[in-house]
Amino acid sequence: MILVNSNTKVIVQGITGSEGSRHAQYMLQYGTKVVGGVTPGKGGQTVAGVPVFDSVEEAVAKTGANTSIIFVPARFAADAAFEAIDAGLGLVVVITEHIPIHDALRFVNYAKYKGTTIVGPNCPGVISPTISKVGILPNSIYNRKGPIGIISRSGTLTYELSYLLSQAGLGQSTVVGVGGDPITGIDTVETAMMFEKDEETKLIVAVGEIGGDAEERLAKAIMEGKITKPVVGFIAGRTAPPGKRMGHAGAIVSMGMGTYAGKVEALKNAGVPVAKTPLEVVKLVKERFH
Amino acid sequence: MAVKFFYSSNSHHCMRLLEYKGKDLLYKYGVEKPRGIVISSPDQVDAGLKYPVFVKAQVPFAGRAKMGLVKKANNVDEAKAISKEYLGRVIQDFPIRKVLLEEGSPIKKEYYISMTVDRTNERYLILASPEGGIDIEEVAKEHPEKIFRGGFHPFAGLRDYLVNDLTKFMGISGPQAKSFAAVVYAMYRVMMDYDAELVEINPLALTEDGRFIAIDVKIMVDDNALFRHNDINVEEEGDLTREELEARAAGFHYVELPGDIGIIGNGAGLTMATMDLVKEYGGEPADFLDIGGGASRDIVKSALTLLLKDARIKAILMNIFGGITRGDEVAYGVIEAIKEIGVSKPIFIRLKGTNEEEGRKILAPLNIKIYDTAEDAVQDLIKTVRGGR
Repeated sequence: MILVNSNTKVIVQGITGSEGSRHAQYMLQYGTKVVGGVTPGKGGQTVAGVPVFDSVEEAVAKTGANTSIIFVPARFAADAAFEAIDAGLGLVVVITEHIPIHDALRFVNYAKYKGTTIVGPNCPGVISPTISKVGILPNSIYNRKGPIGIISRSGTLTYELSYLLSQAGLGQSTVVGVGGDPITGIDTVETAMMFEKDEETKLIVAVGEIGGDAEERLAKAIMEGKITKPVVGFIAGRTAPPGKRMGHAGAIVSMGMGTYAGKVEALKNAGVPVAKTPLEVVKLVKERFH
Repeated sequence: MAVKFFYSSNSHHCMRLLEYKGKDLLYKYGVEKPRGIVISSPDQVDAGLKYPVFVKAQVPFAGRAKMGLVKKANNVDEAKAISKEYLGRVIQDFPIRKVLLEEGSPIKKEYYISMTVDRTNERYLILASPEGGIDIEEVAKEHPEKIFRGGFHPFAGLRDYLVNDLTKFMGISGPQAKSFAAVVYAMYRVMMDYDAELVEINPLALTEDGRFIAIDVKIMVDDNALFRHNDINVEEEGDLTREELEARAAGFHYVELPGDIGIIGNGAGLTMATMDLVKEYGGEPADFLDIGGGASRDIVKSALTLLLKDARIKAILMNIFGGITRGDEVAYGVIEAIKEIGVSKPIFIRLKGTNEEEGRKILAPLNIKIYDTAEDAVQDLIKTVRGGR
């Protein structure tokens, strides 16, 4: 497994909000070691049975947390991320969506400089089934440990694929929702490299969408021999009409990348089969195992 | 058919400022623009301008010149006639509310320059070319060596050395070098101060008398950052289509498509995958409707109501896999929509994930089958729609 394991000790930033408190509870029910929460000005309270602190620094000092999950509203979320990075946490999962892109650009780069791993923003989080969950993925469908690592740019599609694979008896080592924003912390390729080094993971399922160049770069990393484990792909948006243009600049930067056909071709050239439907992913995974 | 824009990343939307607004922002930071006026009625056409002028419809999409939305007027009467033709006209569902009249400029040379966010390298990027104009994408394709690409890190910011490199690449020297650098820094300030994701000047004209003028400007501002830019008025400036405004007000993302199967999903990826699945089984999606993450019952209600009222739609497929979205909340939204306007067409609901059991209980009185998998729901839907023909 990668990123999240039995040593993961989590604080919830924004724990006194409705999503923060609800998901603190769900994570505890799943077995995650949630050791505290942070909401400035609300230190001293207890939510979901864990203590609330005024700052991340204080929470880390008192609980020994090494991971944070952020539910703070978008306009304050970047500040929460900087605070978590400054407190020296190793992993920060940013659930919040609608964070301004310039803010994300800054804290993602700051995290790199300080050695913090960021997952998200606008992501469902990370789960190592039956061990620990730092995210909002539904508990009920993650009951099977196994050899498959899932990387996904889409939240709900992550659940869909996990559910179908588990139903077919194919458990997961870790499931990582890297987030759908233009700027994210770890991306598809970086996550694939982690799975490559992880002994438990035997096969990688990469779930993408039209737009961006994550799948094209994954294909390149495979061609270069950086990823040798089998990969199965799925890309949403096969029938979607083309997207809003980002001026001439968008066209010049992408040079035709980002389309469904382009992504499928890049992956196929790298030997990665791409399923047309979520159920076909299961079929392709099974084939690769036999 | 009203398909125009399709956002491929989950929640990431940009607002394209109308040309005149973009020019005004850059002008605030010292970038010159052609002399002209913005009007919203043909009566406002000004005799004080130096004719001929260019009459430019203010629309938030590309390809304006090819649609005949930029015309030359030789005198006041022609300018009035063209303005009258543009104003109030609806193009791609966007009503033209403003027209820009601009004097021509004595142009010596046209450049291309833009600043944008480089998602892959997580930094900023300048793209520029000494061969500006509408064929810039061709230039990039045929002569990539004529395109300058210079990245800079957000912590370092824009630095003189990069601007110097760029100036040299553009073949600009002497007294013009300084005014060109001022344009680049102005673009950078607009980018930072207005949370822009794109600041593009094409063409940036060098005039016979040695000044730089922004002939056309495209600025895209991050929707998510509008809360800190009160001087950008989304509705008044009219840079959004009616549909976009409606979806924004209702709290979901909707795109009309040509088919007859209504689709609702949570999350852009799952919703797109649902469209793909419907197509795979021979159906034609009538829409893309993403209720987003953690949707309230009100959002679900207005989303379902929209599709129930759409006469083109024969059957509706709801594909919900809850994470932060809760099955019970979705179920209440469905019940409320149906209570209000009744079930006018078959609805197929797939519900999994967070609070799935509660959701199923709430929906039980409707006697609608709740599916476990999207494939089963789609197959039954297609059978019903085909059988009913």
